[in-house]
Amino acid sequence: MKFSGLQLYALAFLIFLYGPILLLPVFAFNDSTVVAFPLKGFTTQWFQNVWNDSDLWQAVRNSLFVALSASVIATMFGIFAARASTRYRFPAKGGIMGLILLPMVLPDMIVAMALLVVLLALNVQLSLLTVILGHVLICTPFAVAILSSAFQSLDQSLEEAAYDLGEGAISTFYLVILPLVTPGIISAFLISFTISLDEFVISNFLGSKDKLLSVYIFGQLRFPKSVPTIMALGAVLVALSVALLALAEYFRRRGIARTGLKNTGGFL
Amino acid sequence: MAEAKQGRFLGSEAAYGLGLVSPTAIYAIMLLAAPLGFILIASFLTDGYLSIIPKFQLCNYFGECASYKVVDGALVETQKYLGAWSDPRLFSVMVRSLVVSLLVTVATVALAYPMAYYISFHVAPARKGIWLFLITIPFWTSYVIWVFMWNAILGFSGVINSVLIGIGLIDTPLNMTFNIQAMVITLAHSFAPFAILPIYVALEKIDRSLLEAGQDLGESRFLTFLRVTLPLSMAGVVAAVLIVFIPTIGDYVTPKLVGGAKFPMIANAIEVLMLKGDNKPLGSAIAVSAMLIVGLMSVLFLFLNRRYLRGPK
Amino acid sequence: MNLDKSSTTTMIEFKDVHKYYGDYHALRGITATIRAGEFFSLLGPSGCGKTTLLRTIAGFEGISSGVVLVDGKDMVDVPANQRPTNMVFQSYAIFPHLTVEQNVGFGLRKDPRSRPEKAAAVAEALAMVGLAGFGTRAAHALSGGQRQRVALARALILKPKVLLLDEPLSALDKKMREQMQVELIKLQRQVGITFVLVTHDQEEALVMSDRIAVMFEGQIAQLDDPETLYRRPKTRAVANFIGTMNFLPAKILSESGGKVEAEAQGFGRLTLDAQTQVTGTATPDGAAVGFRPETLTLLFEGQQVADREVMATVTEVVYYGDMTYYDVLLDGTTDPMRLSMRNVFGRPVLDIGTRTRVGWSPGALVMFR
Repeated sequence: MKFSGLQLYALAFLIFLYGPILLLPVFAFNDSTVVAFPLKGFTTQWFQNVWNDSDLWQAVRNSLFVALSASVIATMFGIFAARASTRYRFPAKGGIMGLILLPMVLPDMIVAMALLVVLLALNVQLSLLTVILGHVLICTPFAVAILSSAFQSLDQSLEEAAYDLGEGAISTFYLVILPLVTPGIISAFLISFTISLDEFVISNFLGSKDKLLSVYIFGQLRFPKSVPTIMALGAVLVALSVALLALAEYFRRRGIARTGLKNTGGFL
Repeated sequence: MAEAKQGRFLGSEAAYGLGLVSPTAIYAIMLLAAPLGFILIASFLTDGYLSIIPKFQLCNYFGECASYKVVDGALVETQKYLGAWSDPRLFSVMVRSLVVSLLVTVATVALAYPMAYYISFHVAPARKGIWLFLITIPFWTSYVIWVFMWNAILGFSGVINSVLIGIGLIDTPLNMTFNIQAMVITLAHSFAPFAILPIYVALEKIDRSLLEAGQDLGESRFLTFLRVTLPLSMAGVVAAVLIVFIPTIGDYVTPKLVGGAKFPMIANAIEVLMLKGDNKPLGSAIAVSAMLIVGLMSVLFLFLNRRYLRGPK
Repeated sequence: MNLDKSSTTTMIEFKDVHKYYGDYHALRGITATIRAGEFFSLLGPSGCGKTTLLRTIAGFEGISSGVVLVDGKDMVDVPANQRPTNMVFQSYAIFPHLTVEQNVGFGLRKDPRSRPEKAAAVAEALAMVGLAGFGTRAAHALSGGQRQRVALARALILKPKVLLLDEPLSALDKKMREQMQVELIKLQRQVGITFVLVTHDQEEALVMSDRIAVMFEGQIAQLDDPETLYRRPKTRAVANFIGTMNFLPAKILSESGGKVEAEAQGFGRLTLDAQTQVTGTATPDGAAVGFRPETLTLLFEGQQVADREVMATVTEVVYYGDMTYYDVLLDGTTDPMRLSMRNVFGRPVLDIGTRTRVGWSPGALVMFR
């Protein structure tokens, strides 16, 4: 098989993209505290460290709590906003939707600092709750984007048909609309969950002593000794992320297949 | 009147829509619009000790300012400082952020275009989904770990240096971290998927018969690309540029981990000024300036490319 | 063409119905009645308000003023889901997550009948539209024609007083469309309820309807049975929208005793019946006589004069297989007229430039004031 220049380029690009990911498991099993070649030998020591680190587990629990809460709330908000924007015309729609989607193009640091300054001024104690507040803010735009395309692909005459056949607003919603957008809801939830889990800036600045996973990792990077442990943890996290994403993609496609529409690309 | 009465589910469309969007909108107004408004106002006020003194001034942006402390009900000056655009240190941070994010944007988009082109034109339709999936995965995986890996790869005793020394190409390790290049590589890497997708979408929309028409009219494949494909995909390139440029200029983790210096980019400066420096008005002024820079650059860029963005959607 | 409808009971009545979308005046004073049991069509170009009017019957569109009565009842306070009407949507709106059976039985959810009875009703409805045995199919695995049948069964199972059809055939190919036209006519006779069809296809409306309302710009231009509509269109716009109509400038000379004396370019002096041959109100364009292409005949050598004849030159020939369309410039006129001839065996097709005799009949003319 002959490779064209473009094919070689694509291959090189993938290597660039995946290089760091591929190195993760390599050094996670390497029996050395230094991230360098040549490799020293095989060990599962770092994975054991991960397993036995109680601070880490606390951080994981905190992160899961925050991610679960934030993604549930963001998905609910997403359903409301996406439904409103795809189905109704209302005053100041552009402005309102623009504001809701703004965090997508706003540096996290500005969102975090603006919120922090206000929270401090209001004498609000920083906690996991304040992190959730911030995460909802940055997850909602993604949920809105995904759900908008789910609601958009709903033929409005389906809804009218349900009314025409005697159903009311509420029964139409759960008999027709909900089943058809469920895959969108699931993928919005999973994406929000992933974003919240990975988020660092807001977790760091709006958080208290109850550290989240990303903050914990960031903190550990200062200690050269814990670097391989973080590598092992990273390998586990990447594997989990990929699994979650594959799941989200699966639901998104099932949604597309259900409504019989054309697949128009990825999540963004 | 009859309008409102006819058919209950119709109701008033505007009221329905507003009602439905209100939970999300109220949340965004209270936790986003209000804080941003607060920052904007704070940037024109006076710095106090762990507080903000409601006295209007412009010096957080231009000129010389002073911080105050309240002693026995009177304001006592504690410290002088320069405004965001007057302080050469802060000004250079803004310039550096702009330069880095422009470099990242150019590098990312230039690298992404051939990739998007490859997926759109050379991958079998059935396998496009898998390619796009492969491209997007890295974006969703832990960003902190990601940046850290680049630190490990480029580091003084890191992967590249150890390999190069190992095969005898160099004797002393190369210094590759804590500089602008390291930031550019790391950021370009994390924003690659962002750049590929919009370009890919734009390329997919191009009617393939247009390309045949181009060649049919006597252009070579390369010139057809220049005269047909590239202009038609410019909307995607513009989107890619904005999608990369806007978040990179405000990035915090990468400069912190591989950037070096005390506050290598705007986000780090905001952090230091707001928290350690306890100067919220100045920090706010920097944040507002950052938003202004982003906004202006985006508008300018959209304006320069307006002729590609017109036409049927 | 269709069954004789002796019933004159009113099923739907519009009284001065107006509809505004902001500043846009979509319906401009619609007043009309639709009789019980008739196949009624709303015909017009896109944007004429025909779909809007249909949707005011269904309840999906409110009206700005006026009254819509269905079966004698004012619909103003009746929401879509409680109206005695059901609709077949242009996109068919088949619920993609449900099977054929579940789609057809969708409206029976609140029906007090037992489960087996409902299942029997669904099976019966499917059989009626020729889809017996398709019940368990997934909705998205159906062809266009099958989707339409499901949509029909789903609406008819609720035994509505009126079935509303929003361009139901526009998504089908030509063959399928013609087949479904015949089936819809049969179905309407079988169930005997009022059908209201929206279409932009004049042929479809002529084939299927008992009566047709032709709409332009939010108004009904003419409401008549197909034959009257074709033979005696009230305005030039209606004449042009339904089939092809030739116009020759004319002048009205005198009117008396039900007769109209006129002078038409190329045809000379005419006496027309004011009752059946003169139509419309005076327009700034001036009067004209109109006639359909098939009312002109090419006369070949030795052929009998039809009624009257005039010499003409062939300026264009379009061969259609069964028919040939000619443009002929009648002597003494300025614009070519369209003429159609059936290509019966042995009849030659003329060439451009040929001089020929053209037969015509004053009885086939319509005078537009």
